[in-house]
Parts: sequence; C-alpha cells; structure tokens
Amino acid sequence: MLDLLARLFGKESTSSKDIARERLRLVLVHDRSVASPEFINALKEDLIKVIQQYMDIDMEGLLVSIEGEDNSVALVANIPIKGLKRAAGD
Amino acid sequence: MKSRVLVITSGKGGVGKTTTTANLGTALAMQGKKVVMLDTDIGLRNLDVVMGLENRIVFDIVDVVNGNCKIKQALIRDKRFEGLCLLPAAQTKDKSAVTPHQMKNLTNELRKDFDFILVDCPAGIEQGFKNAISGADDAIVVATPEVSSVRDADRIIGLLEAAGLSNSKLIINRLRNKMVKRGDMMDIEDILDILSIDLLGVVPEDETIVVSTNRGEPAVLENSSRAGEAYRRVARRLLGEEVPINAQEDTSNLVDRFKKMLKLAR
Repeated sequence: MLDLLARLFGKESTSSKDIARERLRLVLVHDRSVASPEFINALKEDLIKVIQQYMDIDMEGLLVSIEGEDNSVALVANIPIKGLKRAAGD
Repeated sequence: MKSRVLVITSGKGGVGKTTTTANLGTALAMQGKKVVMLDTDIGLRNLDVVMGLENRIVFDIVDVVNGNCKIKQALIRDKRFEGLCLLPAAQTKDKSAVTPHQMKNLTNELRKDFDFILVDCPAGIEQGFKNAISGADDAIVVATPEVSSVRDADRIIGLLEAAGLSNSKLIINRLRNKMVKRGDMMDIEDILDILSIDLLGVVPEDETIVVSTNRGEPAVLENSSRAGEAYRRVARRLLGEEVPINAQEDTSNLVDRFKKMLKLAR
C-alpha cells in the first residue's frame, strides 16, 4: 500500500524513463546538428559577416561548435578579436 | 503484385535486425507470398542459423555478384515454405566484397521472381550499410526502448533520408510492459515523439525468441509465441491490412489513468 501511495505521489518525477527521455532529447539536439558540417559552416559564415561589421576578427582562430552540458545544449563560439572598428560618426 | 525491396536496419547491433528479417520473411511466406531474404552482413553472417539453414549453404552473395554462380544456385530454399528463400552472406570476405551498384543489380534481378526482397542490414553506418540500402524501396528501422538504440535509430533515419529513403517505418522491439508500467522504460509514445516516423509494429520482450533461435525455427511458426504473434501482425500490415497495434501493448490501466488525472490536476 505504501508502495502504491509512493507511486501515486512524488516518486513519478524521478522515474528512469523520464531521465532517459530527457537525456535523449539533449543528445539528439547535439547529434542532429553535428551530423551536418554544412550546418556549422553556414552558421560560421553568417556569424563572420555580422561580426565583421563591428570588429576585426581572427578568422583562423575562430571556433564554432555545439556542445552538450549537464542540462542544456549550447552554441559555443570562440572568436578572437584583432581590433574594434570605429563606430561611424566618431 | 509489384515486388518490394525492404531493408531491415538499426544502426546499433543486437537490437533484432536478423530476428526481425527471419520472422517477417517467414510470416510473409505463411501468407503465400514469394519471399527472398538477403543476408548482407558479410563476414558475420547469421540469418542462416536463425533460419536453421546453415547446413545447406553452397554459394553466397559474393559468389553471385562475382558471377561464380547463378543466383538460383546460391538461393537456399526454406525447409518449411516453398516460396521462401535465403541468399546467405559470405563468411570469409569483408564488406568491400560487394558494391552498392552490384547490390542494386542483384535486388532488381530478384524482383522478377519474388514479391518481397528483405535485406538484412549489418550494424553500423559504413560500407555494409551503404550496400544494404542501395537497392531498397523502403526501410524498416528496428529499435529497442533504450537510449543508445533510439539515438542510433535517429541517426539511421537521417542517413536513410539523405539516401532518398524518406518513408521509413519503425518496429519497436523487446518492449517490456512491466517496466513501462513502473516508469522504468520508455513507452511507444516516447519513442515515436523523438523519432517522428510511422510505427509498423511493437514486439514484446519474449523468451520464446531465444528458444526459437536455439532451434533455428522462427517464432512466427509458434502459435503461442507473443513475439511471433506481433511479427505475424506486422506482416499483415505490410500486406496492406489494417491491424491495430497489439492490445497487450496498451499500457494504460486504471492506476495509470488515475496517475494521469492527478498529474493534470497538479
């Protein structure tokens, strides 16, 4: 009976299938994007275009990747800056 | 009837591709169809032992594509069904012994004589996979309710789509009802949510599969086998019949429904 009560209340949120589903969701976000290098390259090129309007960047040292952390997936971009452009009108 | 080439694939090994091929092939033959099963797992053949036909092999798929023998000489007739044949993989070569082009020619040749050509794909996503899918009209993806298997299935579905096979169907294999009920196994809905492809069937975990593999007699031949019953139902669906997913796979009972109500209220 206690077991039944425990199942009805509380315990449900820690069932291992929920953990499985959540981990799968995260790993697949990563897999699906990493699966195509074209995707990353296209993103990289667009990022460069936008950022170059504001600053000089080191294209050789530029790194863009999608990384899974404990509970989230993040777009990580490491973009070395060579110099800032003067804002127009200065 | 127009013949169909179906590749049975999964990415991950050990989820039941060969068992699925053997049982679907046999179940389709039980329905009077002419079926040939191709083992493309060159170097690690196993469909022959699952079918109990390992002692009859003379030639294999590599002999056929190299022209060492005619297709008909290499085909092994099943013991039980007239219309069921096996083309075994070679055991002493590797995956590079066959090219995608040769596979396509081979399956096209077999279309002349068979209603169904079932291609048992090796695990992995390399050459063997590319060979196996190259002649296929559609793919059947086998996955078990585990993180690793579903993840690999997702990758495989992507690769199949990239190869022009966008109508893949899913078989969920080895589902354990008891574990689903206590929340320790992903259910059908969870898996379909993640993979977003059509469901072709659900096969329960069943000890009779081990027994039938021990004997070399596919489980569909055993009336009382639950897995066998599930495969027979999949075969009927492949033939266009509308067969609901097994009632015994329905996990909703009174407690579950009550829990759902509580969840909504919270």
